[in-house]
Amino acid sequence: MEFALSEEQRMLQDTVGRFLADASELDIVRKSAEAHEAFSKTIWTGFAELGVAGILIPEEHGGLGLGMLEAALMSEMTGRHVAPIPFVGTAVMAPLALTLAGSDEQKAAWLPRLASGDIVAGVAVTETISARDGAGVSSQGDALSGSALFVIDGPGADLFIVADKEGALFLVEASATGLERIDLTTIDLTRPVSELRFENVSAERLPNGSPAVVQQMIDAGRTMIAADTLGAGQMMIEKAVDYAKERQQFGRVIGSFQAVKHLCAEMAAELEPCRSLVWYAAYAQDAIPEEGALMSCHAKAHLSEVGRFVARTSTEVHGGMGFTDLVGLHYWFKRIGLDRQLLGGPERVREEAARLQGWAA
Amino acid sequence: MDLAYGAEYEAFREEVKRFVSENKDKSPRQSGTGRPSDDQRKWQDLLIKNGYAARTIPSEYGGYGAEPDILKSRIIAEEFTRASLPLGLASQGVSMLVPTLLELGTDEQKKQWIEPTIRGEVVWCQGYSEPGSGSDLASLQTKATEDGDDFIINGQKIWTSTAQVSDMIFCLVRTEPDARKHEGISYLIFSMDTPGIEVRPLMTMTGYAEFNEVFFTDVRVPKNQIVAERGQGWFVANATLKHERGMLGDPNQAGTRLAAIIDLMHEETVSGERLIDNPLFRDRLVQLQARVAAMQFHGMRLLTASAKKEDPGIARLVVKLMGCELNHQLAALAIDALGELGVLYERSPHLRAGGRWQRSYMFDLGLIIGGGTAQIQKNIISERGLGMPREPKPARKEGAA
Ligand SMILES: Cc1cc2nc3c(=O)[nH]c(=O)nc-3n(C[C@H](O)[C@H](O)[C@H](O)COP(=O)(O)OP(=O)(O)OC[C@H]3O[C@@H](n4cnc5c(N)ncnc54)[C@H](O)[C@@H]3O)c2cc1C
Ligand SMILES: Cc1cc2nc3c(=O)[nH]c(=O)nc-3n(C[C@H](O)[C@H](O)[C@H](O)COP(=O)(O)OP(=O)(O)OC[C@H]3O[C@@H](n4cnc5c(N)ncnc54)[C@H](O)[C@@H]3O)c2cc1C
Repeated sequence: MEFALSEEQRMLQDTVGRFLADASELDIVRKSAEAHEAFSKTIWTGFAELGVAGILIPEEHGGLGLGMLEAALMSEMTGRHVAPIPFVGTAVMAPLALTLAGSDEQKAAWLPRLASGDIVAGVAVTETISARDGAGVSSQGDALSGSALFVIDGPGADLFIVADKEGALFLVEASATGLERIDLTTIDLTRPVSELRFENVSAERLPNGSPAVVQQMIDAGRTMIAADTLGAGQMMIEKAVDYAKERQQFGRVIGSFQAVKHLCAEMAAELEPCRSLVWYAAYAQDAIPEEGALMSCHAKAHLSEVGRFVARTSTEVHGGMGFTDLVGLHYWFKRIGLDRQLLGGPERVREEAARLQGWAA
Repeated sequence: MDLAYGAEYEAFREEVKRFVSENKDKSPRQSGTGRPSDDQRKWQDLLIKNGYAARTIPSEYGGYGAEPDILKSRIIAEEFTRASLPLGLASQGVSMLVPTLLELGTDEQKKQWIEPTIRGEVVWCQGYSEPGSGSDLASLQTKATEDGDDFIINGQKIWTSTAQVSDMIFCLVRTEPDARKHEGISYLIFSMDTPGIEVRPLMTMTGYAEFNEVFFTDVRVPKNQIVAERGQGWFVANATLKHERGMLGDPNQAGTRLAAIIDLMHEETVSGERLIDNPLFRDRLVQLQARVAAMQFHGMRLLTASAKKEDPGIARLVVKLMGCELNHQLAALAIDALGELGVLYERSPHLRAGGRWQRSYMFDLGLIIGGGTAQIQKNIISERGLGMPREPKPARKEGAA
């Protein structure tokens, strides 16, 4: 037994981290966000050239064929660099849906194009967890009607994976007749989400789709979002510590005031065990499937709480500067803010964790 | 990452399970005094003989003599915890003195003290803190002066846990008054029966006397009862504190507590409603369950690092702070779930679990303070873990040494 990353995993994370540190510099993120881009094509292309858009996709379909832990390490890096790219839907949830539920033809048609980064896939499953404003998709045969909210990676998607109210899964091309996409504006401009409206849209059913597959997609998505918060939180701590070592007040660096040091220590102490939890949750998705759902709930809910604490505390350490647009700290703050609510806020997710253990109806 | 145990370990687990089921009824009751009962010592002997306690202590010192193997240790802890059986003794002697002697003691010291300590025959207390020296331990004033082949000790220790039932003390004293603060301290081990030692139990907020004041008046200790060299006591003590902090944040304990709370919430009802059916309490439970899981996985990560002789850096520094706080929060949830029943104490009618949760809640606060307070842990995390500026040293007083 070994509870650690392998040399290859560390190298992969390092390579992608270094790529993003450069490609997803704050100035570039800011430009992409201010232009309300669906995602940054330049960053996404470079990311895909490293092969990691196909991180989970089997090698026979042109991917790397790696596991959820590797995917979580990637997600951590996208959070760390607030990368405006479609990772969670396109590189994780959609490939998982196709791999688990797609026909051989569907896999052959779509997986290679997802692996190469040529297409982006939006994922519409939120209503199976939390339907707001009357949203929900119903199917009649292979025709979809209704609406879906908070479609992950929706803006810029060429393809959608949609779950209906029964947990059946469908493929819908962005150009399908009767489909309307309305992009939503959230606080986080690095990962916009969409609303989809369906009017008798003809869709292609994934033959092995089921509520269990939808659940597995959600488990994976939650684990990735937790990892995103881990990366974003880690960066916010580093930024706070760096700032505190430079900024002077009262003739001293503020990092020499114990009040500031203790805030930094609290952030680090809260976040460090989260890393172990995220690793475990991701590893469990593949290796300990009976714990996969529960651990993804724990990771998602716990990282939401720790993420919120780190986001506000790091901002405070930056003083008025943290509140400005200038230093751009808010991109991380907002990333963590969106992560908290996507695929279920912590209260809902904990209720699910209770249900999984038979503690709630 | 590979959490599969593999055939060898699964076989080992079966062995442990067999031991557990065959020996369940020999499980001793806790003595509650800090001094192991006859039952507890018999149990300890049985565990050592089978390699479930003192597992990696060399057999020449009375241990089982196995190679360190974090997996096997974990399997033992898991199976014992699952069966609610007590693990081996984890007193200050076993957890702190023994590792220190193994690392820094002379061969003679190891031969003399390790075996009776791990068997629970010799009980130790830790004489570090003084009335004027708590967090700032290195300022300690208890003096040891030379007299022929002996040191003569004068001074006072405080908060000394289990001193009233201890045979021996490992103690920090100032032997080099002219040296700098950290370089003038030595680490001595001596008998609590030495003439000139007076122990006064101190009642704590829990209603029990968990610690003591210890007074030394001309206490004579042979010079060869020093561990490491004169003036190196501070560094010896830090080696010990490292072991203590590992012990204080132990996530296994949190796991055991969580399991007890889950049971409690299934059994206890309020106006006919089980607590597990109450969404607010359930939410708190699941929040803490995630924290317990995080700390357990964190512990596994640290074990792997130590097996690979890697420095886990800041990951290790957070354990005492987070682990003790988590235990405290768990006790708080149990008390709140019990509500009015949660404040019953001593021998009250309707008392639950012998008043365990209130006592834990209070005692855990002691553990948050003891062994380096939460604030001192945060200083350490920010300075050593995050590289932030160290606390400014106060200007030296005029005329002070
Ligand atoms: C929304 C908003 C509106 C504002 N409006 C105005 C305005 O209209 N007019 C105006 O003049 N100013 C205004 N300010 C500025 C505001 O007063 C300062 O931001 C504030 O005084 C903090 O100073 P700072 O930003 O330089 O942070 P710093 O002083 O650099 O503080 C950074 C961090 O260090 C900590 N710190 C600093 N010194 C110590 C210490 N001695 N002990 C412990 N911790 C310390 C702080 O608590 C903080 O966490 C505004 C700020 C905000 C955010
Ligand atoms: C249950 C229990 C068992 C114990 N067992 C033993 C034992 O067996 N042997 C033994 O030697 N000792 C023992 N101790 C003593 C323990 O190690 C000390 O209590 C501890 O080191 C704190 O010292 P103090 O009590 O003097 O508090 P102080 O050092 O006076 O601290 C008081 C407050 O000031 C804060 N503070 C102090 N310095 C700083 C700083 N630099 N920065 C920020 N905050 C600071 C502290 O965090 C604390 O909140 C035990 C204590 C407890 C509670």
